[in-house]
Amino acid sequence: MSHSGNFTRRDFLVSTAAVAATTALGTPAYAATQLQYKPEAGAKLRVLRWKRFVQGDEDLWNANAKKFSELTGVEVRIDNEGWEDVRPKAAVAASVGTGPDIVLGWFDDPQQYPDKLVDVTDVATYLGNKHGGWYDVCKKYGMHSGKWIAVPLGVVGNALVYRESHVKAAGFDSIPKDTAGFLKLCQALKAKGTPPGFALGKAVGDGNNWAHWLLWSHGGMLVDAKGKVVVNSPETWAALEYAKQLYPTFVPGTLSWQDPSNNKAFLDGQVSLTANGISVYYAAKNSKEPKLQEMAKDIQHAHFPIGKSGKPTELMQITQMMIFKYCKYPNAAKAFLQFMMEPEQYNPWMEAAIGYVSQPLKEYEANPIWTADPKHTVYRDAASLMLDNGHAGPLGTASAAAMADYIVLDMVAEAASGSKTPKEAAARAAQRAERYYKA
Amino acid sequence: MLSRLSDNRQALGLLFMLPTALLLLIFLTYPLGLGVWLGFTDTKIGRPGAWIGLDNFAYLASDSVTQLALFNTIFYTLFASVLKFALGLWLALLLNRNLPFKSFFRAVVLLPWIVPTALSALAFWWIYDAQFSVISWTLVKLGLIDRYIDFLGDPWLARFSTIAANVWRGIPFVAISLLAGLQTISPTLYEAASIDGVTPWQQFRYVTLPLLTPIIAVVMTFSVLFTFTDFQLIYVLTRGGPLNATHLMATLSFQRAIPGGSLGEGAALATMMVPFLLAAILFSYFGLQRRAWQQGGDK
Repeated sequence: MSHSGNFTRRDFLVSTAAVAATTALGTPAYAATQLQYKPEAGAKLRVLRWKRFVQGDEDLWNANAKKFSELTGVEVRIDNEGWEDVRPKAAVAASVGTGPDIVLGWFDDPQQYPDKLVDVTDVATYLGNKHGGWYDVCKKYGMHSGKWIAVPLGVVGNALVYRESHVKAAGFDSIPKDTAGFLKLCQALKAKGTPPGFALGKAVGDGNNWAHWLLWSHGGMLVDAKGKVVVNSPETWAALEYAKQLYPTFVPGTLSWQDPSNNKAFLDGQVSLTANGISVYYAAKNSKEPKLQEMAKDIQHAHFPIGKSGKPTELMQITQMMIFKYCKYPNAAKAFLQFMMEPEQYNPWMEAAIGYVSQPLKEYEANPIWTADPKHTVYRDAASLMLDNGHAGPLGTASAAAMADYIVLDMVAEAASGSKTPKEAAARAAQRAERYYKA
Repeated sequence: MLSRLSDNRQALGLLFMLPTALLLLIFLTYPLGLGVWLGFTDTKIGRPGAWIGLDNFAYLASDSVTQLALFNTIFYTLFASVLKFALGLWLALLLNRNLPFKSFFRAVVLLPWIVPTALSALAFWWIYDAQFSVISWTLVKLGLIDRYIDFLGDPWLARFSTIAANVWRGIPFVAISLLAGLQTISPTLYEAASIDGVTPWQQFRYVTLPLLTPIIAVVMTFSVLFTFTDFQLIYVLTRGGPLNATHLMATLSFQRAIPGGSLGEGAALATMMVPFLLAAILFSYFGLQRRAWQQGGDK
């Protein structure tokens, strides 16, 4: 793409954006999306997405896609895959050069094959300018050497889920904001027979999320900004010492916990504090059982405590839309991305996803779903709180492989359970990480 | 030409073998060869790799997780196979008797083997659950223990729990195959033995066992191969946890190759299993299938 060509199209974009804005101001009822791209004649798109966590998400997503087809005449086929299967499928598509045109991937997927993806800088810039800007972490996830290679779609939020009455009974008004206070709360909860529980088994989502928070909140990290392995550090040892103190307060069995385990234990009343998406609350709220409905009233959400860095250090699942270069209809694909991210489509979709997915664009913070129930609000802030999974290093195959191999989670589990000392666990993690970050 | 070809028995034989040979070549040799080749490269999913010789193997040999997985795999295979053999043989002997509803029992025994592994593994997952285990619940209600057993959370308990699930699933295969073997033993041999006044143990030791050995060799070879390469059960129950205590070579290979994207390393891990599998086959071939021993001539 030549520079001048790029420039003229940008010009065009800006002018149409201005037109769109004035139309919206002049006639507020007018809600049709102004597309920035003219789909190619006879264009067809195949979209691969992860299988929904809530039905509303899928319904609205499909309805939006249908609207897009009606507006543009572009046929859109949507395939759903289990959320852990999308990653290998997308990678294979990138490698063999055929497959879905658009994939909704996870985490650093786009960073693993940046040269196989269509440059979507224009789409992302347009959307960012128009809708309050992207959160910083979304920029790191979506951009590669100064260009956008994917459009962040949303973040599956993760937060502390707790029983308010149990925390009060343990002598705390709310979740302490610092790590030391948090440890005291867990110890008090344990003493009252209402223990916390965090997954230490091979839990792809829940386990990785809280284990990374634990490491980062103490200033530890797997690699530095240059991708050099620095995990074997005093900060990591401190984090692991903390894990060692925290672990005895847990309900027994957390070493075997996979993703659904904490949901089950919490809803059964065996655990009073855990970390999860909004699903625990929804399972209780929508249950027919009076006991669970009572529990839903007692459930509260909170952010993880802030450690010595003074900033939130959470890990959450981001999902991004990427267009592969083999796509025959890049303009149709870009139009689709823009269409799905525009408020007329995005807001109803996010509402239908009832808080499972939160916005990557700041303007959508105002979506009523976050205030319709005060217990949703915590999940609104996902993108503003989180760090990327490669922190503090670059994103790419190394960061993806390190997390898929559970290096941080294994390290925390080893130290917490006492099967290794913090120093041994950190040394082993460093050795394993070197493998992926070498060269 | 065609008539000459059809007269030549050898050429015709080769021709008839061609379709099968092609199938084997395309669906067996090629994938296997590709897998082995990948093990010598640094291929990532979505990115072709370069030849790196033995680098993957050298790294894996020094990798503590791989070492643990190798130990787990051997331990798992050894324990599960011995148990499956002993219990399977016992079950086969029981089923070989004249029981009421004989066919019904023989059919029912197969059930654990017929149920898809992923499904039975899910059932075991609940049975072993840290919070909801029915075993723990029963024992607590009976007052025998005061806290739930951490079946899958304690490294050694997890190893034995997964072995138990594997044994439960694998017994029918061993039992039914051995039962088929038992049925081929001619009753006249037992009649002759009883005229000689043998004890039941002597009858088993000197009539049944020698004649069953060829079947045992085949069945146990398969059983060992299945166990050594087990994946589904572990993946559902623990995914290799706790603390990688139940990671087998196959599950670790998958974890590194597919979600982790390191296709080359995963392939190398899978290739590392081959020598062990070959050893198991050779052992059964040379150790158990010696004709002389089968015929009772080897003392």
